[in-house]
Amino acid sequence: MKPFAYVRPERTEEAIDRFAAQPGARFLAGGTNLVDLMKLGVAGPPLLIDINGLPLDAVEETAAGGLHIGATARNSDVAAHPLVRVRYPALSQALLAGASPQLRNAATTGGNLLQRTRCPYFQDASKPCNKRAPGSGCPAREGVHRDLAVLGHSAHCVATHPSDMAVALAALDAEVRLRGPAGERTVPVAEFHRLPGDRPDRDTVIEDGELITGVTLPAPPSGARGAYRKARDRASYAFALASVAAVLTVEDGRIGHAALAFGGLAHKPWRAHAAEEVLRGAPATAETYRRAADAELAAAEPLRDNGFKVPLARNLAVSVLHDLASRTDTTG
Amino acid sequence: MTSQLVRPTTGAVRRDARQKVTGEARYAVDRTPPGCLHACPVPATVARGRVTAVHAEAVLQRPGVRAVLTHENAPRLGEADDPTLLLLQDDRVPHRGWYVAVVVADTPEIAREAAEVLDVDYAVEDHDVLLRADHPDLYTPEEANGGHPAVRERGDFAPAFAASPVRVDATYSMSALHNHPMEPHASTARWEDGGLTVYDSSQGASTVRDVLAGLFELPPERVTVVSAFVGGGFGSKGTPRPPCVLASMASRHTGRPVRLVLPRRELAAVVGHRAPTVQRVRIGASEEGVISALSHEVVTQTSTVKEFVEQAAVPARAMYTSPHSFTGHRVVALDVPSPSWMRAPGEASGMYALESAMDELAGAVGVDPVELRLRNEPDAEPDSGKPFSSRGLADCLREGARRFGWEGRDPRPGVRRDGDLLWGTGVASATYPVLLSPCKASAHAGPDGLYTVRVDATDIGTGARTVLAQIAAEALGVPLDSVRVELGSSVLPDAPVAGGSSGTGSWGWAAHKACTALREELAGRSGPLPSEGVTVEADTEEETGQESPYARHAFGAHFAEVRVDTVTGEVRVSRLLGVYAAGRILNPRTARSQFIGGMTMGLGMALTEHSTMDPAFGDYTERDLASYHVPACADVPAIEAHWVEEHDPHLNPMGSKGIGEIGIVGTAAAIANAVHHATGVRLRDLPLTPDRLLPHLR
Amino acid sequence: MEPVDRTAPAGETPEGAPEAVSTLTLRVNGTARTLTVDNRTTLLDALRDHLDLTGSKKGCDHGQCGACTVLLDGRRVNSCLLLAVVCAGASVTTVEGLSDGDRLHPVQEAFVARDALQCGYCTPGQICSAVALLHEAADGQPSYVTPPERSPDGPVSLTPEEIRERMSGNICRCGAYPNIVDAIEEAAR
Repeated sequence: MKPFAYVRPERTEEAIDRFAAQPGARFLAGGTNLVDLMKLGVAGPPLLIDINGLPLDAVEETAAGGLHIGATARNSDVAAHPLVRVRYPALSQALLAGASPQLRNAATTGGNLLQRTRCPYFQDASKPCNKRAPGSGCPAREGVHRDLAVLGHSAHCVATHPSDMAVALAALDAEVRLRGPAGERTVPVAEFHRLPGDRPDRDTVIEDGELITGVTLPAPPSGARGAYRKARDRASYAFALASVAAVLTVEDGRIGHAALAFGGLAHKPWRAHAAEEVLRGAPATAETYRRAADAELAAAEPLRDNGFKVPLARNLAVSVLHDLASRTDTTG
Repeated sequence: MTSQLVRPTTGAVRRDARQKVTGEARYAVDRTPPGCLHACPVPATVARGRVTAVHAEAVLQRPGVRAVLTHENAPRLGEADDPTLLLLQDDRVPHRGWYVAVVVADTPEIAREAAEVLDVDYAVEDHDVLLRADHPDLYTPEEANGGHPAVRERGDFAPAFAASPVRVDATYSMSALHNHPMEPHASTARWEDGGLTVYDSSQGASTVRDVLAGLFELPPERVTVVSAFVGGGFGSKGTPRPPCVLASMASRHTGRPVRLVLPRRELAAVVGHRAPTVQRVRIGASEEGVISALSHEVVTQTSTVKEFVEQAAVPARAMYTSPHSFTGHRVVALDVPSPSWMRAPGEASGMYALESAMDELAGAVGVDPVELRLRNEPDAEPDSGKPFSSRGLADCLREGARRFGWEGRDPRPGVRRDGDLLWGTGVASATYPVLLSPCKASAHAGPDGLYTVRVDATDIGTGARTVLAQIAAEALGVPLDSVRVELGSSVLPDAPVAGGSSGTGSWGWAAHKACTALREELAGRSGPLPSEGVTVEADTEEETGQESPYARHAFGAHFAEVRVDTVTGEVRVSRLLGVYAAGRILNPRTARSQFIGGMTMGLGMALTEHSTMDPAFGDYTERDLASYHVPACADVPAIEAHWVEEHDPHLNPMGSKGIGEIGIVGTAAAIANAVHHATGVRLRDLPLTPDRLLPHLR
Repeated sequence: MEPVDRTAPAGETPEGAPEAVSTLTLRVNGTARTLTVDNRTTLLDALRDHLDLTGSKKGCDHGQCGACTVLLDGRRVNSCLLLAVVCAGASVTTVEGLSDGDRLHPVQEAFVARDALQCGYCTPGQICSAVALLHEAADGQPSYVTPPERSPDGPVSLTPEEIRERMSGNICRCGAYPNIVDAIEEAAR
């Protein structure tokens, strides 16, 4: 690990100014990924700006009936928050599906969004990787890639985004709030992460110097139920092979609101717009769920060893949609 | 020899439990003497080649960096039987991850950073790292691990197999597996007055002492090795590993104590692992399932540094009736890390294949898998013709079947569905040989009425401290709490490694012998003891050196129930039960823990653990505990371990067999057989992860 | 017990950069401890190498095993992923701080009674984790296996399934899990 300087500002403006003054600086919150990457030699910031002293840890209802989650709110606190559990169960479940209790006690909302791929080549500083060292190549494409992307990958990168939380946020139409030298802006979570294209070094649309201040969720659609389900190699404490977050309303046997997102399949949480098109207004039947999943996954381009993710994602989606529909049909 | 002991104190509480739950127990990694420097090794980043330059100057200019050791300036080493210890002696890079330098610095942070930035130039050569059953360089070694002949033939397998009415011919494969004890390998070394003291995370301090003495050309009495508390080993600390050599070198070079702790990510390349295997099993049987011909052929890999051959075909020599038999191993030396011992080397991998094939035979002949095994019980050990000193397999199978509720099991595969879940059950046998090594011990009686047994045993979590005290108390005929045990240091009487499930038998025999002699000595005395007490020494070289006229093995039976999620391909074990016949169980409490621990590792072998050789880079991909999936608490249901009473007079004075390894043997097969029973799908490649299973499920 | 290495004078920090070092105070097991550390020093290394509290163990150094689990202001965390400097001013409870003199904490007692350990290396982390788990469940915090429809109020009943899920951040290679679950059930009573 490279030596670095450390500051702990108490005001958000000060943190942003500090960042602007030191090229290569990084904000530090829970540190569960950044410190890990610094130990691996993947990250080597000259300055860490500790944002744990900033007033960014609140979880509170918005005037519009939604929920604002501060950037430094801990994953465990968000998962256990009564409003999250009651109104956004998919988010609570996604958080609880990730990592371990110890990690969730440290990991933050903003940090979780910004966590980086667990691709083994990215994590090994002695090997090529276009994400870590642009232009050095992508050994994963022909190498060990069972866990990597089937959707939206490029010749330059086949990494997946590892977050569970972000998948639920994508399905919940959450927005990321950013603050930088140029002021504030919001970006939908589903557009916050990028596809790799020819710039896999950029995971997200965040600009240099911008700080995530929080995430805002709109009020859930009336009568909606949500859920998150994850498949993994062991029963707990493992990254997703594939996962799905879904939010659904059903009335008189027909689907009303439908939001679906996949995890573990792509460089970003994959909001399944094509599937949603099929779902909306369609009868709440297994046949509909299958058609929806197939519509989305038709774009999949599996690599040599990860083709299983396509039927896995399909099965997960069908299963979760079926369970939700059977619990949400207002006609009973 | 018949046991003269009274019944052991059952279930004595682990003697070091309090030290372990309070954090007082000090492991090698917890030793940092005053003035200690910190060393960080530098792994090679090429799969094969030569080091052409190490640019140490830039690193040495950094504040706090004390030394950079390379093959050009490291101390020259003497003789070693294990060439993986001949570190920094030449420029050769035999595999990726091989150490090419060591940085020594004032703090761990500085050492680590300097090691990361140290620039090393290589002349790269083409590498060959992939095991294939048709690899052109496969050869038949003379011996497999454990000194077993690589090939054994009895009768005439080929014609007998051809003539058998029922034939099974199946090939099973397993990836490499890694031991990953929770304590990474670590050493703190200190040279002082021409002598060497090393705190080492090891399964046997006497062995480490002897090897270091040879490497550094010191008389053994000038070397002291302490392994007081060891955070697991599972074979990977069975012989000396690089840390003790590198730390000793660095300490000699700098004149300061040096601590060296391996980063978890480097363990995959430098401390051994279970080699991958491809195993073809052929069984010819009658229509009743009685075996006439059995062949077990193993293909595996070793490194170019040393030959290690996973003896996976060896258990087939002892398990079942087999008038015509072929068991053999072939190996290829690749540019890969050196394999070594991992819990039940040979038995764990071999019994996965053999017990899977037995399940396939049961299906082929339509005989219940428990009954099939009973029908193939041999009268004597098939390969040697020796009588068994005791053979409790049938009892274990019957007792296990009873406890598990096996009777009335519907044999049809793939028919039990509960919503999205398919469920099923499976069984497999287990075996592990009785191994014993010569050992010394002393027993001391003090005038205060306390007794002390001294032996350089290692308690790697087995409960050796506790069980040795029990053995001593019984041999002396005194209360357990009047006996102290000193172990874990090479200043104590020499003892063999905690390995091969032989520790308690070997150390216990020496302790028993010393205590028996002390008891006799005390019986012949009258009046108070002298102030220095009375000490008796014992050595079991003679007793353990004699070849037994008996075939001696522990046996067991594993039963598993699994649930397979047809949505995801995830397999979860819902029940796991083991029954063992392992001689006399000396401490039910710690024995149960060991059995369950072995079964848990077998669960990982079946379902979650997997090391993928990267063909482009020549290293194992899963080098951390996020990607190498050791079972987590949520993976492990209420496991049960039981045993049958066994009185075997042909073992040692305690009547005990080893129990540290048999729990892993056969567990993977029982689970894989249960997966077949649940799904109707026979997968012959471990582990059974969702990517492998899902394509076969509906 | 041997003294700790304190051989690195402040002037010899990397590249002589003074800002790469920090002085901070931690309240460790009830006692304020002031120390000067390289900014890179983790809480785990600060406890082990600077304060000679070696009960907290380094198993993976990357938050993947839980052997380093300590309580930071009462919450369980992986001390290997927390920089010491970030913890300035915080209260830390390590395994050494759980017992009351010679009297073991009930979780420690249960681990001894149930033989919930073998090599003992993961044990301090398991115990710190279990102590926190009891509070979390009493506090009504859910886990992945808690039924989502359950009301957010009131304590969560610690079934074996709940304990297994909640203890999955602590890897035990010896396979003591069933005994660990038994011990925690006992301590929860």
